[in-house]
Amino acid sequence: MDGEPLVRWHWIGDHLGYLGGLAADHAVIALVPVLVALVLAVPLGLVCARFPRLYQPLAAVFNVVYALPSLAVFVVLIPYTGLATMATVMIPLTCYALAVLLPTTVDGLRAVPESVRQSAVAMGYGPWHRLATVELPAAVPFLIAGLRVAAVSSISLAAVGALIGRGGLGYLFIDGFQRTFPTPILAGIALVALLALATDLLLVLARRVLAPWASGAAR
Amino acid sequence: MNWLGWISDFLSDPAHRSGPDSIANRVLEHLVFAGEALLLAAVLAVPLGLLIGYTGRGVVLVTALTGVARALPTLGLVTLAVLLAGVGDAAVLLPLVALAAPPLLVASAEGIRGTDPDVRDAARGIGLTHRQTLFTVCLPIALPTLLAGLRTAAVQVIATATVAAYAGLGGLGRYVVDGLATRNFPTTVGGALLVVLLAVATQLLFALLIRYASPPGTRARRTHPMDKESI
Repeated sequence: MDGEPLVRWHWIGDHLGYLGGLAADHAVIALVPVLVALVLAVPLGLVCARFPRLYQPLAAVFNVVYALPSLAVFVVLIPYTGLATMATVMIPLTCYALAVLLPTTVDGLRAVPESVRQSAVAMGYGPWHRLATVELPAAVPFLIAGLRVAAVSSISLAAVGALIGRGGLGYLFIDGFQRTFPTPILAGIALVALLALATDLLLVLARRVLAPWASGAAR
Repeated sequence: MNWLGWISDFLSDPAHRSGPDSIANRVLEHLVFAGEALLLAAVLAVPLGLLIGYTGRGVVLVTALTGVARALPTLGLVTLAVLLAGVGDAAVLLPLVALAAPPLLVASAEGIRGTDPDVRDAARGIGLTHRQTLFTVCLPIALPTLLAGLRTAAVQVIATATVAAYAGLGGLGRYVVDGLATRNFPTTVGGALLVVLLAVATQLLFALLIRYASPPGTRARRTHPMDKESI
């Protein structure tokens, strides 16, 4: 490390295309699982909101899943999904995202005041009509709050995948460490944070568009 | 896919029975290191969180800080810290403290802010000072929230201490990282399973702690929010 500057700017300038490719890879590895989790969380959340007895054990299971160290889960999956494959990293990330999204979906669906639900019933709304026009829209701010947490943690967790050979920007940490060269590490940290920030901003924007009433009130 | 074979290989390896690479020693290293990081983070974050929660000042700062902290990749921080400060426990401890502090800060601030204002007013009304109100009234009520924050921090630190083995830290991550480097699958899987066990045990321990730490008065009042709304 002696004499090596903290950041060699020309290295970053020379490797812009390479960094962009890693960032794109990272975005896919981290965010596709969040989308899959969202698609799973909505129907699962509906079932859980209707049957609280089913929800309690399921919530307990996901609580444990969320606590599992990502590196350990990647490793345990390797015999099934292979070393350095996208599936080995993306399957656990989907589970982590689902562990965040399921409770927020259930909370969102339960957040419809009983009086509002009963008004909809009194106006002659059937269960599906009520779901589509009353309950799901009411859950949107909750879902987006959950998506923000899930997406940002997924982006930072995906970097750990580099230890098993598939981690997008995480590769920069391994590379920089092995060469005692801090520039790629700093670039990696900055790009991961930037990706997380951009995703978070997009989600806030989505909430403004989809649920304008929630801005300000919901965090 | 011979799981039992791998696990028995891992357990019967003489190096894993005694000496520096023994399972007992690695578990101990892992726990001591996670405990140190947690303690340091708690000493830094909890008093600040209590103050912020009680005064209501700096809440925006807490939200912003935790958002940023969540976005930072710990593998990057750990490798950077070791490159800059050299291999050593202190270098790896710093990113772990930075990881554990935000959930503790949020939990202590939210826990105190969540106490019923009427309860606080009552405490002030019967002549308690601010300090007494905070420590004898608000803190017990906030204890379950605080412990939940401690659980989040503990689980994260245990998970990340595994990753930190890549940058030279001891503990259970050694098995995972060394096993991967030498393509020794039994060692990698054995280490991974031990980390999972440790994380789940921590989670269960805190679930018990939280149950016992809830003041009886706050336990009874917890009814389902839907009950109030139904006609």
